[in-house]
Amino acid sequence: MTANVLGAVPAGIIPEPLLRAESVAGKFFLMFFAIAFFAAVFGLVLFLASLFRGRTGEKWQGVVFVGPTLLLVGIGLVYPAILTINQSFKGRSGEDAYTLSNYTAMFTQPELLLVLRNTALWVILVPLLATSIGLLYAILVDRARGEAFAKALIFLPMAISMVGAGIIWKFVYQYKQTSRPQIGLLNAILKALGFETQQFLINAPLNTFMLIIVMVWIQAGFAMTVLSAAIKAIPDDIIEAAKLDGVQTFKMFRFITLPSIRAALVVVVTTIGIGTLKVFDIVRTMTGGQFDTSVVANEFYVQSFRANAPGLGAALAVLLFVLVVPIVVYNIVQMRKEA
Amino acid sequence: MSTLQPAALPESVNDKTIAEPPESVKPRRRRKTAAGEAARAISSPWASGTAIVIAILWTIPTFGLLVTSFREQRAINTSGWWTAFGDPSAWTLENYRQALAPGTSASLSQYFINTVVITIPAVMLPIFLATLAAYAFAWMPFPGRDALFVAVFALQIVPLQVALIPLLSIYTERLGFGASYWSVWLSHTIFALPLATFLIHNFMRELPGELMEAARVDGAGHVTIFFKILLPLLTPAIAAFGIFQFLWVWNDLLVSLVFLGGTPDVAPITVRVAELSGSRGSAWYLLSAGAFIAMIVPVVVFLALQRYFVRGLLAGGLKG
Repeated sequence: MTANVLGAVPAGIIPEPLLRAESVAGKFFLMFFAIAFFAAVFGLVLFLASLFRGRTGEKWQGVVFVGPTLLLVGIGLVYPAILTINQSFKGRSGEDAYTLSNYTAMFTQPELLLVLRNTALWVILVPLLATSIGLLYAILVDRARGEAFAKALIFLPMAISMVGAGIIWKFVYQYKQTSRPQIGLLNAILKALGFETQQFLINAPLNTFMLIIVMVWIQAGFAMTVLSAAIKAIPDDIIEAAKLDGVQTFKMFRFITLPSIRAALVVVVTTIGIGTLKVFDIVRTMTGGQFDTSVVANEFYVQSFRANAPGLGAALAVLLFVLVVPIVVYNIVQMRKEA
Repeated sequence: MSTLQPAALPESVNDKTIAEPPESVKPRRRRKTAAGEAARAISSPWASGTAIVIAILWTIPTFGLLVTSFREQRAINTSGWWTAFGDPSAWTLENYRQALAPGTSASLSQYFINTVVITIPAVMLPIFLATLAAYAFAWMPFPGRDALFVAVFALQIVPLQVALIPLLSIYTERLGFGASYWSVWLSHTIFALPLATFLIHNFMRELPGELMEAARVDGAGHVTIFFKILLPLLTPAIAAFGIFQFLWVWNDLLVSLVFLGGTPDVAPITVRVAELSGSRGSAWYLLSAGAFIAMIVPVVVFLALQRYFVRGLLAGGLKG
């Protein structure tokens, strides 16, 4: 059976026994082989480097040290990116004549416009909400008793996979008819308050907002951690001086705290923004992109690997790239200004 | 739920950002901060009340699923998890037994092993390669060095989606990898290299140059310097990157989904759990136990190494 599959594949550079394993022992053997193999590459690089001596040799040593990294990044990132950009201009299949059809489709087809609208909602709401909640919480627990524990509670979702987070929240949103006993927390609360229960993940546009909550839940811990460190870095004497001048609480926040953590705020908002643009796992796990919840990264996957439209998928990937660039540039410009 | 040592928590990064008087000198004194002042002034009960509400909102969802994973299948589907405390007889380990028992169709143990086998090399390989590159970028003069470093640095912004389709065809058509571990090991390594090189390079630049100079005067070559002097000093930077990469790879869905599909021989647990969520969305006894089996390792590692994680975070270490 496997012979047929293998027949279609050209002879690989890695012999079959080192390519696949079925037993647990075999898998771990493969793992150790891979580590040993790359450790050997590492050793070989150092050995080669030690062969070069003297002033001119030193230049070659540098090249040998960066060689493997440049090779991998070149073949695995730069070259594929160029192919993808090229493919995005070659129609739905990615193999036709050069055309802009994928890009015009993106901005004219109703279902793709919906994907863009959803992505816009995500990118606006997630950074805003996650940063606000993170900042509020950082301020509230700052120097409070049990600060460390309080922070850990908000911080923990960062260790959980988005798949795990998706399942945790899917259970919170679980739907049963109003008359039946509820097992999802949110609908149980609605029922207790006398409302009808809701299909949170099916009713559009409500469902997109329900998914956004999950991302906010994950990212607030990141915002809190970075902003808390920034708040603690504000020098004491500024605060003392302001207090001597009789500055009030909210003015203190507005004119002392906020300007002092501006740089950190920019980093947090842009970082969360970039992460949100590429969100895929949450949508995939919770709705599969159905019921009008798809976003660009999910649509990229669906078009490329499910809908047999790699050209359109490539165009969506390029769109992601194009959307990320201005955020990064803004970030760098802001950092330059601060420095 | 949490057994954290205060020293291992986010605030321990303070020692890096501000010069603080040693705790032993002023043992019980609480430092004032602008934000702390603000919080205190919003009349303390409101401040702590709000903080507690946020903390509860952030904890309840996970707690609910955790409780659910220990309840009988029948109980899960007929009553809310919050009623479980009144009915101790419905508590069980059966869900975990089923999820872990080898051989059954519901079993996750094989996928769990796949995740381990994928993750360990995918964390180590970029560390090998990036330390070498970072050392050269930081301390070895060679033609085009600065331009190449900026190029590698800039690659951090390339979303990996842009590379996936061509990479897949390179693996299957040119290298013959197909759905094997090699595809994911290499992909995770490639996608991690720009960040790893950048983080470790930044750390290396902060080490005093005299250290290298002195060793060179003594006749040590780059290889000797790299092993004897730099590697021991690099532990914190490598740990910071290592924990990022560990969480990233262990929790990854997209890369594995693209290169491995659902193939049980190689697919990691995230792929399987996501698949279950789609195909058996109401099998909560299985989903809840599965989610926690997938979660337990990263959560433990994260709590144990939080200090390094936060340090990496503040050094600008985030990728997508």
